[in-house]
Amino acid sequence: MRRFLLRRLALALVTLFLLSIIVFLLAQVLPGDVARRILGPFADQRAVTALNKELGADRPLVVRYGTWVGGFVQGDLGESASTRQPVWEVIKPALFNSAKLAALAFVLVVPLGILGGVIAALREGRLTDRLISIGGLSATATPEFVWAVVVILVLALWLKILPVTAAFPAGSGPLVQIRYLLLPAICLVFVLFGYIARMARAGTIEALGADYTRTAILKGLSQRKVLTHHVLRNSLLPTIAVIATQAGYLIGGLVVLEVIFNYQGIGQVVFRAAEQKDFPLLQSAVLLVGLVYLLATLAADILYSILNPRIRLQGES
Amino acid sequence: MSTSAEKLAVADQPAQAPVQSEEQKAQRERLRLLARTPTFIAGALILGLWVFSGLFGDVVAPHSPFQDDLLDKLAAPSAEHWFGTDRLGRDVLSRVLVGARDILIVAPLATLVGTVLGTAIGLTAGYFRGAVEEVVMRVIDAILAIPLVIVGLTALVALGPSRVTVIGVIGIVFAPIIARTVRAAVLAERELEYVAAATLRNERAPYIMFAEILPNVLAPVLVEFTVRLGYAIFAVATLSFLGFGIQPPAPDWGVQINEHYALISGGFWWPVLFPALAIASLVIGVNLVSDGVTRVYER
Repeated sequence: MRRFLLRRLALALVTLFLLSIIVFLLAQVLPGDVARRILGPFADQRAVTALNKELGADRPLVVRYGTWVGGFVQGDLGESASTRQPVWEVIKPALFNSAKLAALAFVLVVPLGILGGVIAALREGRLTDRLISIGGLSATATPEFVWAVVVILVLALWLKILPVTAAFPAGSGPLVQIRYLLLPAICLVFVLFGYIARMARAGTIEALGADYTRTAILKGLSQRKVLTHHVLRNSLLPTIAVIATQAGYLIGGLVVLEVIFNYQGIGQVVFRAAEQKDFPLLQSAVLLVGLVYLLATLAADILYSILNPRIRLQGES
Repeated sequence: MSTSAEKLAVADQPAQAPVQSEEQKAQRERLRLLARTPTFIAGALILGLWVFSGLFGDVVAPHSPFQDDLLDKLAAPSAEHWFGTDRLGRDVLSRVLVGARDILIVAPLATLVGTVLGTAIGLTAGYFRGAVEEVVMRVIDAILAIPLVIVGLTALVALGPSRVTVIGVIGIVFAPIIARTVRAAVLAERELEYVAAATLRNERAPYIMFAEILPNVLAPVLVEFTVRLGYAIFAVATLSFLGFGIQPPAPDWGVQINEHYALISGGFWWPVLFPALAIASLVIGVNLVSDGVTRVYER
């Protein structure tokens, strides 16, 4: 177990290192002249030189990368180029807000997705299965902003049951906050449902066909007992792994949804930083998004290995 | 030594003919299966309609998609303007019809760039294995850690958004993902006898990779292409909506929604809902097609 964990951790660190290089390339090398890109083609060359000096973009690339990553490791994410605020102070409340929205979406979509997948598996090949599978696939493939337009029109403007924005009044209680967050959360549910249902369906179909299930049925166990004790225990394992990898897609979707619903989360921070060409803020925010994703997949792998001894013991033999 | 290589080479020739026809038979069988899959037919029909609309939208459209009419802006749907008019008085129906064009040029080209690059990388990684493979796999992990929309956003801010940069950025992000699929297929192929035969004939590595192995891994490449095409349309639409993809005044659907979504709460739903439905139908069409292709090609 310890060897598995160490190996997994080492891999995550290597990936994180490569990730930091990719993000640095995107935000610092790709623009060419950083200050010129911020100020535009008609800015005075002296202003460009001054801004480059101020941002530290006149130093060699290796030094810039070292300073950035060195600071990041010590918790110093740099300073926003447009507002001069420390990046962490901009990102911290945003991360907390996004976590609230993501948690609400997961609380809704995980049981729904698993339920949908299990029902589809039990009705494999029949109409219910096709409806859930193709419906889920189509819902997943549709961009978040399209769902946002649909749910705003139907639920907020025509039926008038939910507010158009997710920006709840300051000091609202948790129930009011949930009410405001429900519309963007529903969009995330649509987009994530298909993946989770598909994995739950595939896992359940495999478990239903396994020898131990046949043995359990032949032993004379009730159908419910076979399902809960033998089938679901095995079929939900891979689903857990998928749910964690969805964290990445989720953050991608948050950019769009937080912009549409005017919600101050990490997606909104990334978008505003991009709009204002605030490269220092952008690169730290994007690296943080990647870090969150890597931590989520790491947690999923560890959870998976605890639940599934076959993986855990593999490293030892 | 040379005699056995020659023998293998000679033995390879006549064996090729029946194998080829068997492969063709399987190919025909797959196409027949595809033509019988209802989801594939539905998807192909939707996709076909939008391709037609992209090609001939100008001819079919009742009005010019660019002609503004400030006296008739944000008019509700009527007999004159079936889908109403937008904030500059342009006909929404015409813009939706012509709007298929940009995304149907950009998304497939981006997918093609990604597929060509990814296939080359995957063949190399799978054939040479070792350090090349290890590096490629780790870089793929790193790229997958950032959502596509955020990578695209960051790269397009740095480069400035245009059709070419959107195609390049999405293509380059797709390349490692496709490379992983191709690599997995190559790993199985490289152990087969025809590769050993080519090695014994002293063929050079590029020849073995591209002339011998590549034709045999085309099925997973095709499946990956159709699956990625769905993601590319998703990504182009989203980036255009955020203002970092296709640029106005192009009548792109994402751009139209970007320009008008703030007006929804004022009751002006038509310049937003119709492009949204267009994107949804295109994305669903492509996914039905790729679902059908995946089912048929992966047994």
